[in-house]
Amino acid sequence: MEMFNSSRETILNSIRSNLPKVEVGHPGIRVFQAPAGSPKATFEQRLKEAGGVAHEVRSSAEAESKLILLHPDAKVICSAVPEIAGTRRVEKVRDPHDLADVDVGVVRAQFGVAESGAVWLTQEDLVVDALGFLSQHLVVLLDPRQIVPEMHAAYRRVRLHETAFGCFMMGPSATADVEATLVHGAQGARSLNLFFLQEPKATP
Amino acid sequence: MSTAKQVDPAAAAELFIIHDQIHEPMHDRFLWATMQRRHAEAAAVPEWEELREIASKIKEHTLTHLDHYLEEFEANATKRGAHVHWAVDAADHNQIVYSILQDHGVTDLIKSKSMLQEECQMTPFLQQRGIKVIESDLGERIQQLDGQPPSHIVFPCIHKTREDVAQLFARTIGTDPNNEDPHFLTEEMRNNARPRFLAAGAGMTGGNFAIAETGTFMVCTNEGNADIGAAVPPLHIASVGIEKMIPRVEDMGVFLRLLARSAEGAPLTQYSSHFTGPRKGGELHIVLVDNGRSRRLGMPEFWHSLKCIRCGACMNTCPVYRRSGGLAYGATYSGPIGVILDPTFDEFKYSELPFHSSLCGSCSEVCPVKIDISDQILKWRRVMAGKGYLPLAKKLSFAVAGHVFAHPEEYHVVEQAAEPAMSYAPHFLLFNRTLNPWVRDRELPQPAKKSFREWYLANRSKHGNVQQ
Repeated sequence: MEMFNSSRETILNSIRSNLPKVEVGHPGIRVFQAPAGSPKATFEQRLKEAGGVAHEVRSSAEAESKLILLHPDAKVICSAVPEIAGTRRVEKVRDPHDLADVDVGVVRAQFGVAESGAVWLTQEDLVVDALGFLSQHLVVLLDPRQIVPEMHAAYRRVRLHETAFGCFMMGPSATADVEATLVHGAQGARSLNLFFLQEPKATP
Repeated sequence: MSTAKQVDPAAAAELFIIHDQIHEPMHDRFLWATMQRRHAEAAAVPEWEELREIASKIKEHTLTHLDHYLEEFEANATKRGAHVHWAVDAADHNQIVYSILQDHGVTDLIKSKSMLQEECQMTPFLQQRGIKVIESDLGERIQQLDGQPPSHIVFPCIHKTREDVAQLFARTIGTDPNNEDPHFLTEEMRNNARPRFLAAGAGMTGGNFAIAETGTFMVCTNEGNADIGAAVPPLHIASVGIEKMIPRVEDMGVFLRLLARSAEGAPLTQYSSHFTGPRKGGELHIVLVDNGRSRRLGMPEFWHSLKCIRCGACMNTCPVYRRSGGLAYGATYSGPIGVILDPTFDEFKYSELPFHSSLCGSCSEVCPVKIDISDQILKWRRVMAGKGYLPLAKKLSFAVAGHVFAHPEEYHVVEQAAEPAMSYAPHFLLFNRTLNPWVRDRELPQPAKKSFREWYLANRSKHGNVQQ
């Protein structure tokens, strides 16, 4: 511990003796005008560019059948949402390694961001973080009323002081490391289907 | 002075260019295409230039109050249950990481891409001590299997063709050498990496930004490999440079709008992940690394380089980098940003780098945090000249130029003499491809019929006060 403390003091003292002799204040960030057009349409377009697909879904029954239609061969469907039962409840999973066999993970995102097509997912939404990354495919539910225009608005909604993990997820896993050719499913999810489905009202 | 050998980027670039007719043109084309996408994304954000200015100022503000923000970050991360360590230099960093791994009996480590861990030469250090270290980013893994460092800070193996990768995978992981399809190659590596993620005792990541207000650090990837490494093994260790601090959560909006657009012409990377304390059931260690950064803060002409957010736009736009390949720089950081960072680690070893530039200034124009990169390159040339690190050929011509520029009357004489000399000198003398590899694929401009001074005096002098 003492060794670490002495490194800490060495670094902080070195910084203090080297601080540039200029006073620069924080510039502040003004509110930028939201881009014209429907945030939902922009979100869908951006999601598509990122390799994801949006679907309109009116009920949990329709969500269930849509999921089966998209993933007819799925054996393990691990769900973190009440609308879709799946074959395994993530709340019962104790160890992230137990998610290695998941074909489809199902989660609900708190909100989406129009300018990128990304959704915000936290540890509380995923229940076990690895659900978002070990699952071969993802189905993400999003309330269409929960779309913010850009990242400034998005960061006003994240509550980093309340969650150990939060991720802006923009479509499925991707790489262009071999000859700049875009390939989905590098390490994380191979596909991301997004279901627009309103969140059920909380019972009073 | 360092005992390391000077790197010779011009000679290494020559090898890349003459190797065949495929690699260098492909490299140039891919990176220029990335730049075109960057321009399109930047143009679609009306407040783009304002965002660059704000980002630059936030970074300057943070760096001029760095002690304060580091302490705030440490306090908040600790409060959230993370273990925060401080590393003075690379050796300190590597030893801290090794101690944590030893304490947990970890023998298998899976890591995502971190330029800082490259800078610290962490992987060889751990491997020598019996730790198995696997890179999980596809490009980094390719480079690891090939025994090469990354050639680009965002696209580690952008200098390789699909044939190169197919041959490498055939040799190292036993795939079909004739299948060069990037989809096939990516799938093979996915299947190769999966069991390693599950077997690893620890996952390591870097950190793109660290938020003082909440003790959060964040990591951007496209593959989701950092997230698997953080979410599956019980232990997560992150290496974060002290210059990665930003003050508040709301500042992140500015930086994330700039980062991926500048890096790859996309609105974000696929995954932008925020870690605030350990995940449920996990343990988190954050190693804050100085390794020369605090000293750089005290260099009045060069401390702005600490604003860098590692997007690589300066590399993609650089005509010299695109034709040289990143490995030619012989350093952790290549391209224009490497030219101004590397000499702060070893002035002698990297003394040639500031001359590996055309000073066109494009890097400064595209930098999302407005680092005066090309001005700093010029200033580093002066430092190198002052230390006598110029190679002989440059020393001679610079000595002549220095004398001539100091005596304007002689400059006019030389200028007038040069034009006919260039017209009549045999082309092979002016443009000797054996003696000067750097110009092998270049043509000299035609000398102007009139010098600028002659033209100015004839056409513009009445409007100004130039004295004859």
